[in-house]
Amino acid sequence: MPTVYIPTLLQNLTGGRSSVEVEGETVRRVIDNLERACPGLRERLLDQDRLRPNISVAVDGEVTPMGLLEPVGPASEVHFIAAIKGGVASR
Amino acid sequence: MKTQEYTVVGTRPIRHDGADKVTGRAQYGADFQMAGLLHGHILRSPHAHAQIRSIDTSKAAKLPGVKAIITADDFPQGPDRMVDLGEGDTPLSYARGNVLAKGKALYRGHAVAGIAAISAHVAEEAAGLIEVDYEVLPCVLTAPEAMREDAPVLHADLKTKEFGEQTGRTSNIAEHFRHEMGNIETGFAEADVIVEREFHTATVHQGYIEPHNTTALWNNDGRILIWCSTQGSFVVRDVTACILDVPVSQVKVTPMEIGGGFGGKIPVYLEPVAAMLSRKTGKPVKIVMSRKDVFEGTGPTPGSYIKVKIGSRKDGRITAAQAYLAYEAGAYPGAMVGPGGMCVFAAYDIANVVIDGFDVVVNKPSTAAYRAPGATNAAFATETVVDEIAEKLGIDPLEFRLKNAAKEGTRRADGPKYRRIGCVEVIEAMKNHPHYSAPLGGPNRGRGVAVGFWFNIGLPSSCTISVNADGTVNLVEGSTDIGGTRTSIAMQAAEVLGISAADVHPTVVDTDSVGFTAVTGGSRTTFATGWAAYEAAQDIVRQMKERAAKLWETEAASVELERGLFRSGDKAMSFADLAAKLESTGGPVVGRGAVNPRGVGGSFSGNIVDVEVDPETGKVTILRFTAVQDAGKAIHPSYVEGQMQGGSVQGIGWALNEEYYMNRDGAMTNSSLLDYRMPTALDLPMIDTVIVEVANPGHPFGVRGVGEANIIPPPGAIANAIYRAAGVRMNRLPMNPPAIMQAIWNQRD
Repeated sequence: MPTVYIPTLLQNLTGGRSSVEVEGETVRRVIDNLERACPGLRERLLDQDRLRPNISVAVDGEVTPMGLLEPVGPASEVHFIAAIKGGVASR
Repeated sequence: MKTQEYTVVGTRPIRHDGADKVTGRAQYGADFQMAGLLHGHILRSPHAHAQIRSIDTSKAAKLPGVKAIITADDFPQGPDRMVDLGEGDTPLSYARGNVLAKGKALYRGHAVAGIAAISAHVAEEAAGLIEVDYEVLPCVLTAPEAMREDAPVLHADLKTKEFGEQTGRTSNIAEHFRHEMGNIETGFAEADVIVEREFHTATVHQGYIEPHNTTALWNNDGRILIWCSTQGSFVVRDVTACILDVPVSQVKVTPMEIGGGFGGKIPVYLEPVAAMLSRKTGKPVKIVMSRKDVFEGTGPTPGSYIKVKIGSRKDGRITAAQAYLAYEAGAYPGAMVGPGGMCVFAAYDIANVVIDGFDVVVNKPSTAAYRAPGATNAAFATETVVDEIAEKLGIDPLEFRLKNAAKEGTRRADGPKYRRIGCVEVIEAMKNHPHYSAPLGGPNRGRGVAVGFWFNIGLPSSCTISVNADGTVNLVEGSTDIGGTRTSIAMQAAEVLGISAADVHPTVVDTDSVGFTAVTGGSRTTFATGWAAYEAAQDIVRQMKERAAKLWETEAASVELERGLFRSGDKAMSFADLAAKLESTGGPVVGRGAVNPRGVGGSFSGNIVDVEVDPETGKVTILRFTAVQDAGKAIHPSYVEGQMQGGSVQGIGWALNEEYYMNRDGAMTNSSLLDYRMPTALDLPMIDTVIVEVANPGHPFGVRGVGEANIIPPPGAIANAIYRAAGVRMNRLPMNPPAIMQAIWNQRD
């Protein structure tokens, strides 16, 4: 099951847990399942149906250009990163 | 991956644009001419913070020769939305507001109106006749000042965000983020030595020699044609289209040659203004900035306030590290504090880390990227503290870094684990370099070291390649050439095709003539556009094999290409001979490559620097400087060395002299190259370079990207060298003579 690392500023929504294991074959599905496990997370990560402008997602160590469509494997690590302008585009 | 595995990659062919550049025939934006050309000028705010009550253009409009004047009210005022500025998204209202101020001027130099006239002189004279009624407001110029609760507020609608949450607090803090790993209290409790220091770094400019320029024609057919100096023609297209509220297909951008950018020519400043003036006049309008405009009206890199605390055991193992980064975004949110947070401890494997970052608006020009944006500020702090800890523990500074060096599998505090990286190899190369053990040879001299990391980026790139009947190929690409990228991209295609680099003719084309290509920035061009060229060349090889198979009446699968020779069984034909037969075997062969690659590999760099400090004046002389960097694979080693030398020199300038010298009213008082002191060849020794090649497994040739990491270590390395020469630990950039003398006097007191 993929492991989602929860940024410190969102851990109030996960009961203090820094990582959560949830199913999902894409980042979008992972967020859907994350929302079921920890209500409120989706709103913090997404603006309607896209990642918020200053948030990037990294799968297995690399910020993905595919965003929500990026495939996620059973052993993948998923990180949501504050991507304030400069050098790393929030795609 | 070793150089000898390749015939083209790793060699040093003459650059394709070299003849035009050295003979002065290369066409830059300011050279551009058209029939009926008008000249534009930008009126800029004389105040750092002011309400704009009214703008009266009537007198200026009556000046003979003036053809049109526009203000922010001339732009379409559609609903706000996010737009991609090339290295990150921003609200359209901010992008539009920075091009022409609406309601409020947020920094001295903020564009207020645009004028088109028959000459640049008439346009400038007209600007002086525009009457702007300002209500001057108190300004705020540094992050710590702007973060105070009683600070003047720049944007009444700006609320602090914390990872997607609007806190509802109106302030100059646009965003706060935190990266956290392990347990920071436990980590510091395990430490035998803890060092905590505060740092201030000044606002500095990229200092490209060519000022911003543009020519725009709003054509009769509705299309907007732009010729400009930019790092991203598609960014200019997309942002201009957003601001003018037209479809992107209505804008065509032709990138001219570029006289430097370093990140500062990603933002759009002039194009929407020139286009709107062209629409009003029916003529093409050219605008060229002065150096003062460049300093006061375009994005420098952020000044910053940083606190770093690091703890280590006696055995030299770092147990905990904490950073507080407050970066000045300038007038609009978007400081480079995000990358600063990613890079601040990136060279080290540390179990317990907390990093807080703050994006703070101030009354200075809206900041832009500058070579590894945000990382140099952060590394200056980290590398100084690391050096002090190593000294306290009596451990050699490179040995201390090696003990703690990040490696494959190390998790960075912002989350991801490293894949194959070259941090250890870079530090070992520094340790083994003769410079590190050479005698200093005199009094008041010291040697310092530092390392830095930049993650590099991917993003989309496109190329096409067509085969000529003489066996050469034409390569069409969308990456503006900075630092010889035409050649480094062409070489990757040549390697695949088995032909020489000289037989690849690369052309950088307009936005109508190639698929979307992201900015030349983020150290991505040789990596990503090179990959697109690799894919296009592979497409050519596939088609050429089919042609050979047709000639030889065999299966394409049986045809091999090796070093420019197609073979199948006992038959063989050179690439050039087969190219001559394309017409008779089916017609032209055109290959395409379009990528949005993963596999980006970060680059580590390191410096060894010797300085001499004059104890009477505080002047620092760089005696010797060695730059080491992991290139992954150096496609063209000369251009890699050029990047390393260029980044090092910019880092030296940042370290020793460069700064926006601001008065209390928020005016930059040194906005000329006479007073903004960049290093020249007379200030510097030859920069020695050592290319380390730890291949990036994510790229066909192992490329990592080398444009940025080299600027990161110089300030830290020079600060550490100054300490050993003069006995003072510097915590402020620039470390100019007054700052060093003050530090020496403070220590005496």
